[in-house]
Amino acid sequence: MEFSQYILSILIWLPIAGGVLLLLIGDDNDVMSSRAGLMRIVALAVSVLAFLISIGLYAGFDNAAVGMQFTEKVSWVTALNVFYVLGVDGISAPLIILTTFITPLVIIAGWDNIKSRPAQYFAAFLILEGLMVGVFCALDALLFYVFWEAMLIPMFLIIGVWGGERRVYATLKFFLYTFLGSVLMLVAFIYLYGQTGGFDLFGFMAAPLSLTAQKLVFVAFLIAFAVKVPMWPVHTWLPDAHVEAPTGGSVILAAIMLKMGGYGFIRLSLPIVPDGSEYFAGMMIALSLIAVVYIGFVALMQKDMKKLIAYSSIAHMGFVTLGVFILWSVSGDAGAGLGMVGAMVQMISHGLISGAMFLCVGVLYDRMHSRQIADYGGVANTMPIFAAFMVLFAMANAGLPGTSGFVGEFMVIIASFKANFWYAFLAAGTLILGAAYTLWMVKRVVYGEVANDNVAALKDINGREFLVLAILAISVLIVGLWPAPLVDMMNVTIEQLIEQVGQTKL
Amino acid sequence: MNLMDYLIAAPEIALLGLICVVLVADLFVDNENRVRTFWLSIVSLAVLLAVLNATAPDARSVVFSGSYVSDPLSQILKVGAVIFVAISFLYARDYLRANEIHRGEFYTLGLIGLLGMMVMMSANSMLTMYLGLETLALSLYALVAIDRDNVTSAESAMKYFILGAIASGCLLYGISWVYGVTGSLQFHEISAAVSADPSLNSLPLWFGLAFLIVGIGFKFGAVPFHMWLPDVYQGARTPITLYIATAPKLAALALTLRILVDGLGALHETWSAMIMVIAVLSLLAGNFIAIAQTNIKRMLGYSTIAHVGFILLAIFVGTEQGNAAALFYTLTYVVAAAGAFGIIILLSRRGYEAENLTDFKGLNARSPWFAMMMMFLMFSMAGVPPFVGFFAKLNAISAVVDSGYTAIAVLMVLASVVGAYYYLRVIWYMYFEEAEDKAVLQASTDTKMVLSLNSLAVLALGIVPGWLLAMCIQILG
Repeated sequence: MEFSQYILSILIWLPIAGGVLLLLIGDDNDVMSSRAGLMRIVALAVSVLAFLISIGLYAGFDNAAVGMQFTEKVSWVTALNVFYVLGVDGISAPLIILTTFITPLVIIAGWDNIKSRPAQYFAAFLILEGLMVGVFCALDALLFYVFWEAMLIPMFLIIGVWGGERRVYATLKFFLYTFLGSVLMLVAFIYLYGQTGGFDLFGFMAAPLSLTAQKLVFVAFLIAFAVKVPMWPVHTWLPDAHVEAPTGGSVILAAIMLKMGGYGFIRLSLPIVPDGSEYFAGMMIALSLIAVVYIGFVALMQKDMKKLIAYSSIAHMGFVTLGVFILWSVSGDAGAGLGMVGAMVQMISHGLISGAMFLCVGVLYDRMHSRQIADYGGVANTMPIFAAFMVLFAMANAGLPGTSGFVGEFMVIIASFKANFWYAFLAAGTLILGAAYTLWMVKRVVYGEVANDNVAALKDINGREFLVLAILAISVLIVGLWPAPLVDMMNVTIEQLIEQVGQTKL
Repeated sequence: MNLMDYLIAAPEIALLGLICVVLVADLFVDNENRVRTFWLSIVSLAVLLAVLNATAPDARSVVFSGSYVSDPLSQILKVGAVIFVAISFLYARDYLRANEIHRGEFYTLGLIGLLGMMVMMSANSMLTMYLGLETLALSLYALVAIDRDNVTSAESAMKYFILGAIASGCLLYGISWVYGVTGSLQFHEISAAVSADPSLNSLPLWFGLAFLIVGIGFKFGAVPFHMWLPDVYQGARTPITLYIATAPKLAALALTLRILVDGLGALHETWSAMIMVIAVLSLLAGNFIAIAQTNIKRMLGYSTIAHVGFILLAIFVGTEQGNAAALFYTLTYVVAAAGAFGIIILLSRRGYEAENLTDFKGLNARSPWFAMMMMFLMFSMAGVPPFVGFFAKLNAISAVVDSGYTAIAVLMVLASVVGAYYYLRVIWYMYFEEAEDKAVLQASTDTKMVLSLNSLAVLALGIVPGWLLAMCIQILG
């Protein structure tokens, strides 16, 4: 069929075209005006359409197929041997669907509470959506890099224009940190280009490389991806960016942009430099465990809800890197696969849960204009429906069985048990820590007596907020109770990846 | 010498004729109707483009007893120079009129400068090169001082003139040493002489080479010969800065490639070390000092120095790939520079020079369109994809990595990160701050359209960079 051949291109360019259209419609600071109304409807329509198309991607996806699907290939820069080549497999397809799923929710969440320049706001999110999908399906290193870097531009503006008080500091830190990380990846790409004569990722994977070269390339990739994940100790941009970003920005940042680091490790580091990855696996496990344990303690001490969730994101992403790099410590293929699948499920699940948590904080912030835990207390008395959602997401964040948070973490812990008892001990200990900081926050915010008059005056969530939170709650439960469709999607690809990583390139 | 020689030099001859026409015609135009001189100049440039197109060389031909060359390199640089001179005339027109310095000399000097550039681009001997260079330089000195009652303009013109004269002296001194050693002024003969007798490749020639590099470094604005550049960028009226920042860079590239590659290619081992040092210094000094600037013209001056570092690093490796990368970089950088200075001119109005970074505050509220255009230009200069500046940097870095200098490539990307900060600061002021000055931007429709096209070009070239890159590789391959 004609349409399905270009489905990935459509998923990239449709939102971008929608964003450009919004910029052309232009801004009207009166949120009730007909132009603002038209603009919002266009934004929502484009993002929902992109989501529906991505359901087509899911429907047409062949779980049993090895290799890339829905591939497109056109020559782009002939002089440099660069191709516009797209394709998805079991690793990228779920992440693309996550992207197209979260974006409409972000648009609904910002529906009428973005007062200044709403058209630019929605346009930035739509363009960002297209670029993020591009990152997940680019199979040419240069194309990947172009999407990867271009993505920073809308996010830079989202935090800087619509963010909180220290937004300029936060957004510059975000941009420069990630830019610094990525440029070294570019040098690695150029080096690999010199070795293979093209930017094709499969060419990179097939090229033999010495151990020294592999180590250097791994370190260059590591800097790029570790900043993005973020891993301890290069995580410091994240709490700032999350706290200062508008709700929608925090949601996209936590739900999707952080996943790019994990995706980068799985898509690029492991298959391109398998021996380099193996060499550094011990260090990666150590860094992941530090993130999981130490950042967990840091989260416990936070007074600001967004900051707490930001630190909890770092800790949860530690499970992702742990699950990926446990590969070499596990004897037997089953365990290795389990760690990797666990990492992937954890990425999807964290996308849903952290997005939902940030939306919950956004709901409170819209009403009280405060993110401080101390300003709240007894919210359940005035906002019972909201409190129910928030408790559910907090449970999911703590890894309660039955929610999506449990599945991924459990798989990673089982896999690390096979590797080393102490890895599993530390990782599992964090479940308690995670429960502690999340539930303690919920206790202080949601339960207890009504803390002050402001809380007493709170109104429960409206239909729009209910819709967004309900959709996320249902997805968290579905992934938690019945993860099989998700796992089935990625199984074949991950088995194949592990086989590929097992073959040395020396 | 025969008639064919004149045909090959037809663009320069035509331009000289057109300059005379503009010069004489301008005498009959009073200040009220000065815009007629503008249109006559634009028509002249259009005619010149047609002549260039008609005489486009398929291959390299050397005429006038070997002192003049016409090849695809000279062709692309000349076409670029004509277009950018036309663009700077257009952006300048309203500004000069509003500030009552709309004189005919601006156009005639601009055209004479263009003649100098075109002679440099086609020079095949040291002497032709020097003549072109001086024709350009004298026009530039006068242009910088065109607002003669303005103290900073006069000061920077004086500074430019004195330092420029010293640099020309160094260049001429270097030329005389090279002539003394090799017995020729023509690039291909110099090259042949060194190849034929390797013993020439020794201290006396290196001594001359060092002086040539001083001259090149000065004209390009590379550290440590950059002192004039920030002062002139800041002191000159913005349209003059625009003129200096664009087309003459193409001429400087011609100067570098003709002398170092065509003429002294055999001495690559010797000059590459010198070029590397000044390029790395330019890269670092330009980027770090630009951070501290509050005047945007001065900031873009330092940013130019950093970009020159990139261009020279592409040339330093001495490969065809590197030279092609330098050509691509220069052409695309000039597009971005023209747009950036164009927007600074757009923000200025009668009696008010928008030259401080803070003048960009809240531009998004005043004009979302031009704020976005400026954002494109800044991201392009910072080397962020999908803008063309990224591909320019990619090619330069790629040339350096392929020659085995990975450490320098790492330095180049790290310097870009430092550079990103001050470009982001412009975007920060435009988007994240409230406007202090709420005046509506006023400009003629033609300026707005060309400025928009100019800025969109950095995006368009970033999305389809292939054809231009292929052209650069073909020209220098």
